[in-house]
Amino acid sequence: MMEILEYIGMALILIGGIFLFLGALGLVRMPDLYTRLQAGTKASTLGAMSTVLGVGLLHPDWILKILIIVIFIGVANPLSSHALARASYRKGVIPFSKNNIDKYKKAVKKQIKNLTS
Amino acid sequence: MTNKKSIPLLKRKSSPGKFIYTFLIMFIIWLGFTTSFEPAELITGVFVSLIIALFTDRIFSCCGMRVLMPHKIIYFIQYFFVFIMALIKANFDVARRVISPDLPINPGIVKFKTKLTNSFARLVLANSITLTPGTLTIDAIGNTFYVHWIDVTSEEPEVAYKEIAESFEKILMKIYED
Amino acid sequence: MTIILTIVFTLMAIGLILSMFRFVKGPRSGDRAMALDTFSIIITAAMVLLAHVFERYIYVDVALIYAVLGFVGVIVIARYIEGAL
Repeated sequence: MMEILEYIGMALILIGGIFLFLGALGLVRMPDLYTRLQAGTKASTLGAMSTVLGVGLLHPDWILKILIIVIFIGVANPLSSHALARASYRKGVIPFSKNNIDKYKKAVKKQIKNLTS
Repeated sequence: MTNKKSIPLLKRKSSPGKFIYTFLIMFIIWLGFTTSFEPAELITGVFVSLIIALFTDRIFSCCGMRVLMPHKIIYFIQYFFVFIMALIKANFDVARRVISPDLPINPGIVKFKTKLTNSFARLVLANSITLTPGTLTIDAIGNTFYVHWIDVTSEEPEVAYKEIAESFEKILMKIYED
Repeated sequence: MTIILTIVFTLMAIGLILSMFRFVKGPRSGDRAMALDTFSIIITAAMVLLAHVFERYIYVDVALIYAVLGFVGVIVIARYIEGAL
């Protein structure tokens, strides 16, 4: 039984390492901030969650604290990427777009107008 | 669809259900931090959780023990599995886009309206959208979500809603809105 | 088992170097903040893995605190970029 848990844990650690690497690679390869955020957030969240959970399966007596770390990463990482995307858009970072699809511009303009008037 | 005005955090009302809910969550987190079941630790944990719950229950909890009913727990588990499947799919999607040499992306920002009125449910929906394939929530103004989509298939709000949010929102509606 | 750990640590090291590259190059401050976020996530995972390698439970606490501080730091930087601070 312990051996099966160990194999699953090792597999999770390996998968996590691969996804952490892919997240960092996406950070370098993508063309603009928003696409970079997409690649970075998703891949690094699952990568970190899976690595940490893998260690939790190798050491069953650590599992409670490990679960807290996993849940914290799952909640906090999308939040910080959302805050960064919003702040950058308001600071004037224009998203890269082939077909110029941008429904957010109008809403931001309206909000700024309401603030200043 | 009327846009319900949200109540300021400090003016929300406290209630026994909210108090018990906050206390339980805080005590579980305490158990996770200390990971020991000695009586001294447990008693300290109970006191600390009680004090925190006394002051923050109106901010921390949106709807009290209503969320922990048995039939809602089943929906939570269902939501968990839907979410994990979407997360794994999202990661293989990202991996495919990052590895392929010509970067198959067509990004843009779309918007759609959500039916959820509860602010905590909206937070859960926004976080889930960020972690699912090719989408990133940029902002939520009122009940309108602005979503950066890495591969836009349609600009229409209804189509975007169907593709991005519907599977999550259906379950969240059952948990938080009845 | 050791070979898997070696592979994972190598991948993490390459990931750290790549995100450091984005941190140095990033044209806007948003890119740098995001590189910092990815950096701290990778460090968190590496710290938990080191706890397994050295069999030290206390390192898990370090990882937890590191994750919390990284999150708070990125949020503060984001608010600063937005001009709300």
